Amino acid sequence: MTVSQETLDEIALSRAEYEAVVDRLGREPSQLELGLFGALWSEHCGYKHTKALLRTLPSSSDRMLVAPGAENAGVVDLGDGLAVAMKIESHNHPSAVEPFEGAATGVGGIIRDIFAMGARPIALLNSLRFGQPDGARTRYLLNGVIGGISSYGNCIGIPDVGGEIFFSNAYKGNPLVNAMCVGLIENGRVASASAKNPGDLLLLVGADTGRDGIHGASGLASRTFGEQAELRSAVQVGNPFLEKVLIEACLEALVLPGVVGLQDCGAAGITSAAIEMAERSGMGLRLYVDRVPRRELGMTPYEVMLSESQERMLLAVTPGHEGPVFELFKKWDLDASVIGEFETGSNVSIFDEGILASTTPIVALTDAPEYILSNQKPQWLTTLQNADLSKVPMPDTSPAETLLRMLAAPNIASRFPLYRQYDYHVQTNTVIEPGGDAAVLRLKGSKRGIALSTDCNGRICFLDPNVGTVIAVAESCRNLSVTGAEPVALTDGLNFGNPETPDVQFQLTESIKGMSRAAEAFGIPIVSGNASLYNESAGKAIFPTPIIGSLGLLEDVEKHSTVGFKSEGDVIVLLGSESVWDSTDGLAGSEYLDFVHDRVEGQPRIDLDLEIRVQSVCRAAVRAGLVLSAHDVSDGGIAITIAECSIIGGIGATIDESPAAGGLRWDAAMFGESQSRIVVTVSADRLSDLLALAATEDVPATVMGTVGGDALSFGDMFTTPLATAAEAWKTGFSAATSD
Amino acid sequence: MRFGIVVFPGTWSERDTNHAISGVLGQEAEYIWHGDDKIDHFDAIVLPGGFSYGDFLRCGAIARFSPVMEAVRAFADRGGPVIGICNGFQILCESGLLPGVLMRNDHLEFRCIWTDLKVENSSTMFTSAAKQGQVLHIPMSHGEGNFQADSATIERLEGEGQVVFRYADTNGNVTPEVNPNGSINNIAGIVNGRGNVLGMMPHPEKACEALIGGTDGNVIFSSMIENIVNSLA
Repeated sequence: MTVSQETLDEIALSRAEYEAVVDRLGREPSQLELGLFGALWSEHCGYKHTKALLRTLPSSSDRMLVAPGAENAGVVDLGDGLAVAMKIESHNHPSAVEPFEGAATGVGGIIRDIFAMGARPIALLNSLRFGQPDGARTRYLLNGVIGGISSYGNCIGIPDVGGEIFFSNAYKGNPLVNAMCVGLIENGRVASASAKNPGDLLLLVGADTGRDGIHGASGLASRTFGEQAELRSAVQVGNPFLEKVLIEACLEALVLPGVVGLQDCGAAGITSAAIEMAERSGMGLRLYVDRVPRRELGMTPYEVMLSESQERMLLAVTPGHEGPVFELFKKWDLDASVIGEFETGSNVSIFDEGILASTTPIVALTDAPEYILSNQKPQWLTTLQNADLSKVPMPDTSPAETLLRMLAAPNIASRFPLYRQYDYHVQTNTVIEPGGDAAVLRLKGSKRGIALSTDCNGRICFLDPNVGTVIAVAESCRNLSVTGAEPVALTDGLNFGNPETPDVQFQLTESIKGMSRAAEAFGIPIVSGNASLYNESAGKAIFPTPIIGSLGLLEDVEKHSTVGFKSEGDVIVLLGSESVWDSTDGLAGSEYLDFVHDRVEGQPRIDLDLEIRVQSVCRAAVRAGLVLSAHDVSDGGIAITIAECSIIGGIGATIDESPAAGGLRWDAAMFGESQSRIVVTVSADRLSDLLALAATEDVPATVMGTVGGDALSFGDMFTTPLATAAEAWKTGFSAATSD
Repeated sequence: MRFGIVVFPGTWSERDTNHAISGVLGQEAEYIWHGDDKIDHFDAIVLPGGFSYGDFLRCGAIARFSPVMEAVRAFADRGGPVIGICNGFQILCESGLLPGVLMRNDHLEFRCIWTDLKVENSSTMFTSAAKQGQVLHIPMSHGEGNFQADSATIERLEGEGQVVFRYADTNGNVTPEVNPNGSINNIAGIVNGRGNVLGMMPHPEKACEALIGGTDGNVIFSSMIENIVNSLA
């Protein structure tokens, strides 16, 4: 028998992969079995193109309680009996097809991964990428995604404390919607997604199963897509109320006797959740599909197994203990049904109405093929990297006008119009609200606090996937360090194009190398991750976008630093550079070069050794109470950094040296994005202490000017009223995203 | 004294409220499940924020039919103090314990921001620790907080001093620019005629410690504690 190409396309398996299935089974698979293989061998579940690379990432640390990939999310010990579970997940393709539900269910999915660990979710972040906001379609996507995140997150009572949003036409046909969730585990009660003994019961709890989301993992997430509307039925519909109730019920269930495992039902539905659980337990599994509560009549076993209906979880319960579990779920008005049992052996057997529909070796299903990627640097990239940035024309606007234009740029302007639509106060732990470099949360009952950030500049990763990913790690950690927090763990959300093409293989390979190098240099593990490939439209891949989520620890959360300048007369100091202003090299991959000149070129650079020392000095200065404000230099360079510190602090600043001093290009000087720089302020009488501290770690510290007045002054070159700058920055986002 | 904090499926501010009342202010607090109807052993009842029953149909429209709301109504009828915050305010209006309705914000977006609330009546049991005209810095977080009522009701509320809080600027000026949701007369909180039932959209429990942005919310809980403890003595 030969399987039709149409069938293979539907489940996104290649003919060679189909032959491998036949080989492993020793026979042709049934339609049901083919569905199981399609789901578990999808890129989304099987990590076919990334497994080999991900193995190279550093994952060991004294703080690691659960290794990456071993459970639904990584878990990091914070001391004081507290631990944190964290993970990022993408919902890019669903959001491109149906932005509201796609984004909402993305949030719902990552939350389930976190409470599956026994953790109470305490924070959400989201990392978004769209095309330029002037297009009607981008605005539709943007409004839908923000509406979906806002609707789901606000209803469920988890604060949305941070993240980023970035616009570039590289994401026009394929937006990125990545959500990160962080959960707190008290008293070391980490849950496991596995059974204990053969005979343990498998319970499905939460929502009924419908026909929504079939082929979500294999269809939407694991191939490029052209005809979007046709795939709309592969997008699930979320119910945050049900998930909120499910969180409470599951966290209560975990302390009941006999409840031994908890697993999220996410991509590929019961197929992936139940089979992974059996694999993790080293047991076989009998599944009774007819016992799965349905939303509609006439669903086939294939549909039940592959449905991605939301708000469902699996529990493993020791027989005899299921009574109180049923009672608990009844209290929360939730369904709970025994749909299977674990057994000795190594097969998954699926029964429908008492008839054996399939029996398959679990390892055949879960051990997806693994592909080794080529690593050939494309010639076009070398050309872009070698561009002569000194030949970039000067802008046709004055320095003052250019500053205002940059402050209002969609990638720089204040994100307040966006995040005021998210609840960032609920749970009353938010110490630094969205709008800072990192969010800071206190941990009730402890002096400690955590800082959270997500980061990745896709433009820089495009110009150099290796260095760009090092920079993503460095900047994410820098965002933590400016608050005073010590980076302790990372999670990644890999967003790339079609891994079957040589350019994307190069990008993936180099990006992971960079991530590995940076994480090792910082001495912190990557505790969990997610890969979303095939992000392209009309044959054009997105910028490689390895989003880095980072977790920092503050031993004393009271001792943290914020972005805004504080008082008249405070001294502004630049850590990390001997010169106040940047050079032409800093234009590589910069927002200025893209926004003003429509160019994405140059060779990004970073000195990791310097970066680590700069961050260390900054943290020490915050801990010692030396620093009154701290803000890292990133998009838009030093001029934007200074302007943001002033606007947020509500007080002006004077930089002594002109950006054109010594014949510098003022545009590069002001807007260059050379790495490893942090702007801090210190009171005049503690300046020498700060400079001495910097000297102990051989970190350059340059006095730039003073805080005060109601204007921004850049040497003798120009002065702009602070109110004018603030207006540009505060209204830029709304102006760019609405008519 | 002992607070009872009502928990509906979908409520999410019960833990925050408990933290403010017991963790910060040192009072006793217990949760009341929505199916319970025995609440007489409490000195005050809180209907906290969240999305009770998913806010399906209309905010608070399903919660009003729960067994606990029967008990809350009887409790209020006997003069027992009841405070409804955000979704709790919506439930009080749906139950008829307070007049008016909370419509969708006029700009149609959810809003999470810090607000400044001018205390319009400092003689209530919820505001006696504040000065008349004092401005309290308290965050809000809602999509449906646009308070409206017919003109006779508004006239009565205004005339009888039942408007307790109004959205204002930091200096206490009540202007359309600082109205975050379109509420008539910038109304942020009201009491019933008897003065024992307060509904407010902003979240006092979210402003209970300096570390998270301020302590002005404690003014409201402290007022309740002082008045109730005195009345019990």
